[in-house]
Amino acid sequence: MAPPANRRSGYSRRAQYTNFFAYAAGVAGALLGVALLVVSFARPEIFTGLRTVAADLTAPVSQATATGREASKSFLSTITGFLEAGSQHAKLTRELDEAKVRLVEAEAIETENRRLKALLGLATQGPRPVAVTRLTSSTAASTRRFATLAAGQDKGIVKGMPVRSSMGLVGRVLDVGATTSRVLLITDTESLVPVRRGKDGVPAFAQGSGDGTIRIKLINLGLNPLRTGDVFVTSGSGGLYKPGTPVAIVTGLTRDGALARVLSNPSDTDYVIVDSLFAPEPPPPGEQTMPEQP
Amino acid sequence: MSLLRAFSRDGAPRRQINRAPSALAAGAVPWLTVLLASLLPGMLLIASGPVLPPFGFLVFVAWRQLRPGVFPLWAGLPLGLFDDLFSGQPFGSGVLLFSLATIALDLIEARLPWRNFLIEWLVAILLVALYICAGLGLANLAGAATPIRFVLPQILISVFTYPLVGRFVALCDRIRLTPFLVVQ
Repeated sequence: MAPPANRRSGYSRRAQYTNFFAYAAGVAGALLGVALLVVSFARPEIFTGLRTVAADLTAPVSQATATGREASKSFLSTITGFLEAGSQHAKLTRELDEAKVRLVEAEAIETENRRLKALLGLATQGPRPVAVTRLTSSTAASTRRFATLAAGQDKGIVKGMPVRSSMGLVGRVLDVGATTSRVLLITDTESLVPVRRGKDGVPAFAQGSGDGTIRIKLINLGLNPLRTGDVFVTSGSGGLYKPGTPVAIVTGLTRDGALARVLSNPSDTDYVIVDSLFAPEPPPPGEQTMPEQP
Repeated sequence: MSLLRAFSRDGAPRRQINRAPSALAAGAVPWLTVLLASLLPGMLLIASGPVLPPFGFLVFVAWRQLRPGVFPLWAGLPLGLFDDLFSGQPFGSGVLLFSLATIALDLIEARLPWRNFLIEWLVAILLVALYICAGLGLANLAGAATPIRFVLPQILISVFTYPLVGRFVALCDRIRLTPFLVVQ
């Protein structure tokens, strides 16, 4: 039906003005949205304060729902575990036998590692984690991949700290609030992690693709040496992420790299570890000039 | 009291004849449900992709379609602003898209005053698909680079969630207009 040509509400001036100003305010809202967008494109950091305050205020609710989420997950896994108990037990026994052999091998390698590191004079003790906490909420309806941590300035978290779980890298801290902080997950399209192949150190970049997978982009172009099942770990180049944290496993090859699956799926991780900032030690100033040979 | 009459359509005699709904609840429930729905997608799961429907926008559209007068035309500004705080989109995208949706729904309301379920659903499908695609475009303008095929599952989920959201909003509408205050 065509709308009436005359949309005047009546003879009341007051009603007409109310109607007019409501429309004017609606259009002004849209224009204000455009203005806010322009500001957030140019200076996105302006709104981080508002966001962190909002996250801090809703932190108790997020904590409660995170607990509920875990409870429902463990409830489901208990039921599925009960159904699969027999076959799983047989499989685990088989795997345990294999693992025992591997453990002995690993012990031998560790001993050798310690010996070699002692030769080089490297410290084997890594720095202690800054905080062990929970991911309480995420942006599940957006194409951006942000999550909220249940720890902030109160636990000594600083912008840029890497976040990992026991399975692998999760992301890094973007903004820090009083009791929460925002994490950029490695599956976001703006996240770029320098990685290397675990077994031989082929260097690459791991870029998120926005749907939970990761694109591995090789730095050396040419013949693609990757195979399905290759595990990539952080290389530590450029700082930020300390080397050796597992990131992703290759699931398919592309022309210039590979598609990979994230090892620590953020929806399965209960607790995450926030590490201190990693920066490779700059060489001492004295070593810049080569010592003269006698 | 026309509000009271809505509850005795089945012909049953009303037991509470001197009751009225609370004006505070009637005014506040729509706003509160949209705000809570904006919070909901973040709380439900730590997602590794855009999988959950934008509940805040869905509830907003459902309220506007069920009761066109319940939100003023400028309601997109505060509601979109709140949604922006938690959605992860570039700040301002919620304000813009909620406001545009309000204006679009108002035009549709003027053109199609009598709607059935199918038309309401089609309008909502159109609006939600545009909302999600525009959100993707704005996020990509702000630095991301997500291809459009990654939001197709989200659009599909949103399309099938909308009738349920509509039922939920109708339930909230019944609750908010329940007469429980004694009229002196």
